Amino acid sequence: MGRYILRRFLQLIPVFFGTTFIIYTLVWAIPTDPFAGKCGQRPCPASYIEVMRAKFNLGDPLIVQYFKYLGRLLTGDFGETFAGLSVGKLISTAYPVTVRLALIAVLIEAVIGIGAGVLTGLRNKGFLDNLVLVSTLFLISLPVFVTGFVLQIVLGVQWHLISPTVSRAATFGELIVPGFVLGSLSMAYVARLTRTSIAENRHADFVRTAIAKGQPTKRVVGIHLLRNSVIPVLTLLGTDLGALMGGAIVTEGVFNINGIGGQIFRGIQDKEGVLVTGIVTLLVLVYLLASLLVDLLYAVLDPRIRYD
Amino acid sequence: MTEPSELQLSEAPPGGLTRQGSLWGDAWRELRRKPRFVISAAIILVVLLMAVVPSLFTSVDPNFADLDHSRALPSGDAWFGYDLQGRNLFARTVYGTRASLIVGVTSALLTVLIGSVIGIVAGYYGKWLDSLLSRFGDIFAGMPFVLGAIVILTTLNAPTSNPSQTRIIVQVVLSIAVLSWPVAMRIMRSATLVAKQLDYVKAARGLGASPFRIIFRHLLPNTLAPVMVYATIAVGAFIGAEATLAFLGIGLRPPVVSWGVMISDSSNYVRTVPHMLLFPAAFVTITVLAFVMLGDAVRDALDPKSR
Repeated sequence: MGRYILRRFLQLIPVFFGTTFIIYTLVWAIPTDPFAGKCGQRPCPASYIEVMRAKFNLGDPLIVQYFKYLGRLLTGDFGETFAGLSVGKLISTAYPVTVRLALIAVLIEAVIGIGAGVLTGLRNKGFLDNLVLVSTLFLISLPVFVTGFVLQIVLGVQWHLISPTVSRAATFGELIVPGFVLGSLSMAYVARLTRTSIAENRHADFVRTAIAKGQPTKRVVGIHLLRNSVIPVLTLLGTDLGALMGGAIVTEGVFNINGIGGQIFRGIQDKEGVLVTGIVTLLVLVYLLASLLVDLLYAVLDPRIRYD
Repeated sequence: MTEPSELQLSEAPPGGLTRQGSLWGDAWRELRRKPRFVISAAIILVVLLMAVVPSLFTSVDPNFADLDHSRALPSGDAWFGYDLQGRNLFARTVYGTRASLIVGVTSALLTVLIGSVIGIVAGYYGKWLDSLLSRFGDIFAGMPFVLGAIVILTTLNAPTSNPSQTRIIVQVVLSIAVLSWPVAMRIMRSATLVAKQLDYVKAARGLGASPFRIIFRHLLPNTLAPVMVYATIAVGAFIGAEATLAFLGIGLRPPVVSWGVMISDSSNYVRTVPHMLLFPAAFVTITVLAFVMLGDAVRDALDPKSR
């Protein structure tokens, strides 16, 4: 196990460098003039450009710039935007909101998705099975912003059940509907995965043994069947937590949530390279660590899997 | 030394082909009876027809604007109503099919092409090349899709610039493919790892067949099915992605008419003119649904375990 963890961890390193380097190159090296439009209608004064070039190491070759940036990042210094705002501070105000949103989304996915999956997986073909199958197909084909807009108009504007936009505080209660929107796509996948997994394990030997021992159905399903069927679902949820944070941009836009997505969108529009690279690096790191954790969790949950 | 390869030439193709034929033949027979398949195929045919000859469905110019009709609700004259500029929404939706479908289909083709080539090479050669290519795929898979697309598309087109229509379509297709190919690669790689162990592949290698021949003659027919299923579903997913990118203002843009462009036009007026969003969004949803359903049905038909 220890060797496996080490190997998986070592594999992460090149991926981390590769992804962040590509983003860094896209943001800093490809645009021809990072100062275009920075000083309003007139070109930027030479002194300003000189200071900024020194500040962001723009005179160095790309690879040196990148490692200088990463070096400072690893000490926890995210740098400053062109206007001198601390990127670390910007991220730390926006990040908790997005984390909360993603957590709610994963929670909703897990509860509704696994619930629907178990219900249909236990039954044979019938009305309920078809209903869940069709509704998951429908959710998969609905673009996220459509779900968002429809719920916003119906629940927020017409029925006044929720406020159409989320306030700056972004409390848990306000984030329930946006979380549902964000998680709706994966919820459908979770439901389908649970359904197949349960249907497969339903005829497994250990379930038959449990039933033959005369255990109540509740215990057979809850302990024997569910525990074994939920493992692939957990891995899906784990990787999703990382992916949802990056995918929250659209949902945050629809509900006007002041999270990481809005921050990064503004950063790209205003060409704030430091902000963009900082956030993307953070998100990539979260995603990679989440997938590593999920891999390890697999072995803990299913003792049959041995990595050595 | 020419004998074995001659023998192979005459033996292998019929063997490979009948096997493949029976798998697809069985699948086809199974599919024809399924309502899910028939419905989705019918929808896709109609959508394809719309993309090829839009004038068959409407005689109105999609870009003709009459401000008298601005924001008019659906009626007998204009089934889907009019948008803010007074353009006929039905005509625009019909004409928008082409661009949306082109983006969906070409990016799915490109994704599958890149992914399959890299996946089959990684799976077949294994060892360090496999590790290298897999890590290379991880680099692109590690980037969240929307985020990656935003960074790529805004870098290539500064917010103030005004690039040409074809350039944007090509860029959107390329960025979708660049960010999605690792999925196709993983599917192809694992299918190859299984197929590589089959006896007749080992036999072909033992007879001295070249890697190129083994890959194309023996591996490809057996690994194509899962990738084809992914491709079908991906067409749907990428039509949705086009709409999402356009909604964010970085995908296709006017004067191109696509569902995504229409949705992006509507995004500021959703609360007052909901039908501007509703109709193109419904078309996106139905088309995506059809492709996902088709992929699902084909997967079930190709998977012998489910029978």
